[in-house]
Amino acid sequence: MTTFSAISGLVGGALIGLAATFLMLTIGRIAGVSGILLNTITPSDTVGRSWRLAFVLGLPLGALLVTAIGLKDWSNISFPAGLQTMIIAGLLVGAGSTFGSGCTSGHGICGLARFSMRSLIATTIFITTAAATVFILRHVA
Amino acid sequence: MQIIYSLLAGVLFGAGLTVSDMVNPARVLNFLDVAGNWDPTLIFVMAGGLAITALGYRFVFRRSACLVGDKFNLPTQQRIDLPLVGGAAIFGVGWGLAGICPGPALTDLMTLDPKILLFVAAMLVGMMGVNSWQARAAVTKSLPDHT
Repeated sequence: MTTFSAISGLVGGALIGLAATFLMLTIGRIAGVSGILLNTITPSDTVGRSWRLAFVLGLPLGALLVTAIGLKDWSNISFPAGLQTMIIAGLLVGAGSTFGSGCTSGHGICGLARFSMRSLIATTIFITTAAATVFILRHVA
Repeated sequence: MQIIYSLLAGVLFGAGLTVSDMVNPARVLNFLDVAGNWDPTLIFVMAGGLAITALGYRFVFRRSACLVGDKFNLPTQQRIDLPLVGGAAIFGVGWGLAGICPGPALTDLMTLDPKILLFVAAMLVGMMGVNSWQARAAVTKSLPDHT
């Protein structure tokens, strides 16, 4: 069970929006996590690797910061999927976001904010297939 | 300077995912479970993120350049093609299986939970696999035609 929380959702979302705006303002880049991560590990772009690695490291640091100032309780957070499911899900998320040129952040936030038709289509599709997957797992299987 | 800016952006992004509880797979799965105990929090995260980013981008794009470097790096692809549609569909299935997408996955590394380490490792394998396949396909395509 999770309890719906509009305020923390909006505040957290606004922080994400500020981060995306800030990255565009300062270094002119889209805050798409899958693309940034992919270009951190592929050898094609050595020049751009350092800023990407810094962004990737910033993500867990942000979580640490929020926790350190006492705004986050992790005790009720767990990973419900089993080990095998985690592997399959990780593979699909990695492969799918690479084929589809983006994930929830790149398409769902940055792309939609630029009114990109590709991002609108991608976001609609992945929310639909994700909801269908959960429906099958929880209500059919 | 680039590194400091992007580190700050990453910290802010990770903080947002943490405050909004998007780092909690159960929260995400309960949003995706429209037929169950539906938790609409994710919509508010997207709405907040989208509103600020759309407004912020409008302001940023009035400038002729970003603060560091000369130009804004924006996607130029416009075509709705099979990789986009198929990739998004595959991505969604993975997202629905575990309730984790790339941003929260990396943010959750803070917990050092073996399960999330496994997920991130598998995600990297998926990314690199498709990436090298795409690179090979691009090379084959650019080879001269011998027929």
